[in-house]
Amino acid sequence: VVQGAALDESLYEDLEAVLITADVGVATTQRLLERLRERVRAEGVRDAEAVPQLLAEEMRAVLEAVAAPPATPAGRDEPLVVLVVGVNGSGKTTTTGKLASRYRKEGWRVVVGAADTFRAAAIDQLERWCQRSGAELVRQHPGADPAAVAFDALQAARARGANVLLVDTAGRLHTRVNLMEELRKTVRVLQRLDPTAPHEVLLVLDATTGQNALAQARHFTDAVGVTGIVLTKLDGTARGGMVVAIADQLGLPVKWVGTGEGADDLAPFDPAEFVRALFDGGPAGGGA
Amino acid sequence: MAFEGLAEKLQSVFKRLRGKGKLTEADVEAALREVRLALLEADVHFKVVKDFIARVRQRAVGQEVLESLTPAQQVIKIVHDELTQLMGGQQARLDLGGAPPVPVMLVGLQGSGKTTTAAKLARLLARQGRQPLLVAADVYRPAAVEQLVTLGQQIQLPVHAPGTDRDPVDIAREGVAEARRRGRDVVIIDTAGRLHIDDALMEELERIRQAVAPREILLVVDAMTGQDAVNVAETFHRRLGIDGVVLTKLDGDARGGAALSVRAVTGRPIKFVGLGERVDQLEPFHPERMASRILGM
Ligand SMILES: Nc1nc2c(ncn2[C@@H]2O[C@H](COP(=O)(O)OP(=O)(O)OP(=O)(O)O)[C@@H](O)[C@H]2O)c(=O)[nH]1
Ligand SMILES: Nc1nc2c(ncn2[C@@H]2O[C@H](COP(=O)(O)OP(=O)(O)OP(=O)(O)O)[C@@H](O)[C@H]2O)c(=O)[nH]1
Ligand SMILES: [K+]
Ligand SMILES: [Mg+2]
Ligand SMILES: [Mg+2]
Repeated sequence: VVQGAALDESLYEDLEAVLITADVGVATTQRLLERLRERVRAEGVRDAEAVPQLLAEEMRAVLEAVAAPPATPAGRDEPLVVLVVGVNGSGKTTTTGKLASRYRKEGWRVVVGAADTFRAAAIDQLERWCQRSGAELVRQHPGADPAAVAFDALQAARARGANVLLVDTAGRLHTRVNLMEELRKTVRVLQRLDPTAPHEVLLVLDATTGQNALAQARHFTDAVGVTGIVLTKLDGTARGGMVVAIADQLGLPVKWVGTGEGADDLAPFDPAEFVRALFDGGPAGGGA
Repeated sequence: MAFEGLAEKLQSVFKRLRGKGKLTEADVEAALREVRLALLEADVHFKVVKDFIARVRQRAVGQEVLESLTPAQQVIKIVHDELTQLMGGQQARLDLGGAPPVPVMLVGLQGSGKTTTAAKLARLLARQGRQPLLVAADVYRPAAVEQLVTLGQQIQLPVHAPGTDRDPVDIAREGVAEARRRGRDVVIIDTAGRLHIDDALMEELERIRQAVAPREILLVVDAMTGQDAVNVAETFHRRLGIDGVVLTKLDGDARGGAALSVRAVTGRPIKFVGLGERVDQLEPFHPERMASRILGM
């Protein structure tokens, strides 16, 4: 990143540019750089080229400290219930489709609940995804109560002996109190059938999102107990650095990353790979 | 409401500045450092912030300001001016001049709000006496066509939607012909979301542009976008020559810095803002008003 740079203030400025332009955010960037300066002092580092590596290690440590694997249907008697939530357009339906496909390929029986009954043609979109993977869609009419759809879907999943239930929900901004309450209700209704459900609540974040991601993570966690993040659209030039801030400040792990619009463009999160990509190519847009 | 966080931060910086009476160069520097952080926290792009601060510093640190009777007031005015400039100065309207049917094309990243905005815009124009035709040129996203058709029904406006086994360039061209035939005077073309680095899909947009020569190419940008907004806007602008920006999802608490960045790197104005999911939630953008609101003036 900063080859040949002297170990002086300008090195830290360059690294600040890398972190800020990757959307790590001001607070976490400052915290990371402070820790870095301490380490450089404590370890008596003289070689400027070693410093970015140390920063990468610090970031990886932040992500690894909270890491957790995705929930699996293996060894369960009852369906694994996964609720997919997030703001508008982040990639929930696509992620639901990809997950269904992935679980199907692993040989599980998958039911998908179309609990976005609001957005135009959201149900049709999900139906296309299910047709591709052989997952079974449970749907009602547009405008139906989303909680009722989720309830139906869990009932169907149990009746059919499915291993996984994925529930796609409507996009909502975390500032919309009534819509967040609707999500809470969906959880309560699921819990009438299975008090341990949902076993996974995935917050889908668009990697191009800036600092608002932190507010999203905070509010969705307060409302429905997010268990992990899906970071989508990493195939673009955005680096998704706000997940470092979210790990640092909220302790939430990333579980999956989305890298395209195809069924196979979903992978388990790999902190080392993520941090490497974040530093590759230096500051987006030519920063420093 | 969007921009609120930025507004609060800047206002507290200025409150401290006002409390000082006489200002030294160091006072201004300290305030500028805080303004810088506030803008970065609001997702304004790193480089845009750097240039912005440099411009304000150049105007604010001179003797004229520091030795004036109301130095704090002057510094705040400079920031306000520069912020208004950054947002594009005057309000910019849609240009639908020329022989009808006038094509308008919506482009942008996946999920930014193009399809919704297409319907909102059609509705708005219809209320101004225009006769829009919507064109469904996203043949890739599952059920993208159905989405636009459903929205068209909601707003009771026609949609040209020949399906998904067609080339989007042909769909757009035929859409314009169809509008001419039916006496519709505006054609709003919804395109598939795409990454700015997806060469094949960017080229497809260039071909649509060549085929129908849109009067307005509007880049639809999510207000929650972070630092990448400049890459996206720069690339779309370089390849297509955009005429304006629609900033969506401003109904949340996004600090909206992308708005400032996009305008700064493309020189193209924000023309509309999206304030909700409903088809009636689209409004013209007023830069001066927004700058005033951010600064609490
Ligand atoms: N490039 C890329 N595009 C993606 C990815 N994930 C989703 N998309 C695209 O992003 C757009 C929005 O995805 P959706 O799955 O509809 O998003 P959503 O969160 O369900 O949207 P709403 O239900 O309207 O809130 C679509 O065009 C998807 O194809 C990804 O990992 N990479
Ligand atoms: N809250 C809010 N939601 C919006 C706004 N504009 C669009 N949306 C929502 O954002 C999501 C994505 O909108 P679309 O219109 O499907 O976006 P798109 O750009 O066409 O998506 P692709 O075609 O998949 O690239 C949907 O859930 C919309 O309802 C807005 O101004 N505010
Ligand atoms: K990326
Ligand atoms: Mg969806
Ligand atoms: Mg669309």
